[in-house]
Amino acid sequence: MPAEPSAGTSGAGSTAVAATSDKRPTIGDGGLEAGLDVLSTEPVAEPGLSTRWRKRLLPPLVALVLVVVVWQLVVLAGVQPRYVLPSPLDVWYTIKERIADGSLPTAVLTSIERGGVGFVAAVLIGTPLGLLVARVRPVRTAVGPLISGLQVLPSVAWVPAAILWFGLSDATAYFVILMGAVPSIINGLVSGVDQVPPLFPRVGAVLGASRWALVRHVILPAALPGYLAGLRQGWAFSWRSLMAAEIIAIGGEMGFGLGALLQQGRDLSDMQVVMVAILAILAVGIAVELCVFAPIERGVLARRGLARAS
Amino acid sequence: MTATRTSTSAGTEGAPHVASAAPAPTSGGAPQVVSGGAVRLRGVSKAYGRGPAVLDTVDLDVAPGSFVCLLGASGCGKSTLLSLVAGLERPTVGTVEVPSSGAALMFQESALFPWLTAAGNLDLALKLRGVPRRERPAEVERLLDLVRLTGAGGKRVHELSGGMRQRVALARALGQQRSVLLMDEPFAALDAITRDVLHSELERIWRETGTTVVFVTHNVREAVRLGERVLLMSSRPGRIVREWAVDASGSRRIEDAAVAALSIEITDHLREEIRRHAR
Ligand SMILES: Nc1ncnc2c1ncn2[C@@H]1O[C@H](COP(=O)(O)OP(=O)(O)OP(=O)(O)O)[C@@H](O)[C@H]1O
Ligand SMILES: [Mg+2]
Repeated sequence: MPAEPSAGTSGAGSTAVAATSDKRPTIGDGGLEAGLDVLSTEPVAEPGLSTRWRKRLLPPLVALVLVVVVWQLVVLAGVQPRYVLPSPLDVWYTIKERIADGSLPTAVLTSIERGGVGFVAAVLIGTPLGLLVARVRPVRTAVGPLISGLQVLPSVAWVPAAILWFGLSDATAYFVILMGAVPSIINGLVSGVDQVPPLFPRVGAVLGASRWALVRHVILPAALPGYLAGLRQGWAFSWRSLMAAEIIAIGGEMGFGLGALLQQGRDLSDMQVVMVAILAILAVGIAVELCVFAPIERGVLARRGLARAS
Repeated sequence: MTATRTSTSAGTEGAPHVASAAPAPTSGGAPQVVSGGAVRLRGVSKAYGRGPAVLDTVDLDVAPGSFVCLLGASGCGKSTLLSLVAGLERPTVGTVEVPSSGAALMFQESALFPWLTAAGNLDLALKLRGVPRRERPAEVERLLDLVRLTGAGGKRVHELSGGMRQRVALARALGQQRSVLLMDEPFAALDAITRDVLHSELERIWRETGTTVVFVTHNVREAVRLGERVLLMSSRPGRIVREWAVDASGSRRIEDAAVAALSIEITDHLREEIRRHAR
């Protein structure tokens, strides 16, 4: 019974199948099959809240407490005078002070906003460029080495140039962020695309995907883990570059970010302010990692069965 | 690419031959179009790059709606032959003719996209076929029913067993609504009971849809259990050297004496074919 040659519309096909699909052959009865399906799929047990707390939250907390204790012991040993090495409590009081007068929240918000906007811009620029480099061979041959080189070049090297070009303005900060983050994002996407198993594009071709549909529905989703790793590194580079720019370029329209706070501490020889700024920079980095990248990455990997969500 | 295949109306019997009348030793183009569910290979040779010929002047006619099994030793070029028919590779010499709707291919390894659910994989295949968004959910349900996976559509690929994965892959290939279905050792990695079940499923679906099936396998009994014709390929270079007809009218089971008898005969030929290379 040959299929309709060229006029086989979807409607005709579906009714033909639906009308006869309740005839069951002897072996493939539903019961046997259902039994096989149950036997060969294991139920996934979700770990309880207390287990999760014990396994994931407790270890870093213990580590943190240990660091503070060691810090306090070093201070008590009197290796350095207190104004050079303040105690944890001194720093804590400075933090409260700086929160009360509003300078710490302002600095954190200024830096986060600038870093966030710069990072989003880097993603918007880096993603299409990455696709271009990954998928178009002449482009890759031409600019591939340059992009790898840019990734190695510390983006603080761009600060003097940026100040000369853009003055003490937001543009300087954004330029330095882009030079830091875009190469990482491009490289992440390129390596993600390179690691797509060759089978997947073949499947896409058999399914009749056009060139763009192949990229959109097969290559990009398959490359997502590599791309996410690139984004993560891109963010780290954004944040570092921004701090470098804020420390060096102060005044003008630059505003008062965490880098400026750090530099202010140095100018006043106030070690407590320096420590507060360093801790704040670190805290933002950790918070973004824990609240943004780690959950996204875990979700993506778990959905593909590459890591158990826990 | 499959996209380059033009869809012409059902031609006369002679039309495809006009298309393949190019001088023999030219590089083959994209598969030509023939009517119905027929597949026709004429003098097809294939070598990868400068390597040795993997296929050598293969001639093959598959009638519309028939079920053909292709047997051969590992590496003899079975997957290559299917890639040629699917339009993934081009023949070095010769012509490949496929129906205007093209061929669906079920790959050797599980080729579902791991970032999608079972239903998502089916939905994507329909989307790429051009089925409008409104019609897709119902069609996905119908395909899941067809392979008896009703209700399992929300499962991620890694949550499915090997047999369920291959059934989703089968449903995806069926969802393409091509008149030819190419299957590359689809059940090789499954246990015997699951394989028996899927044989019945496949046979049922084949009878219901009238699809032309080209089924590649290592397993002689599987070939005799499923096919109407069993073709034996030689290795290095790959050619089709022998053919058996199987009575497919009644119901067959893989344990049947008739299946076993023919399997033994075919296995002897396959062994002889492999032994030839030792000399
Ligand atoms: N993309 C490729 N590039 C180069 N050589 C290839 C390629 N694909 C297959 N070959 C070679 O062609 C020959 C036939 O391969 P093919 O995969 O068609 O064999 P097969 O009959 O499907 O084997 P199996 O039963 O193990 O799946 C092998 O020698 C293989 O090494
Ligand atoms: Mg193969």
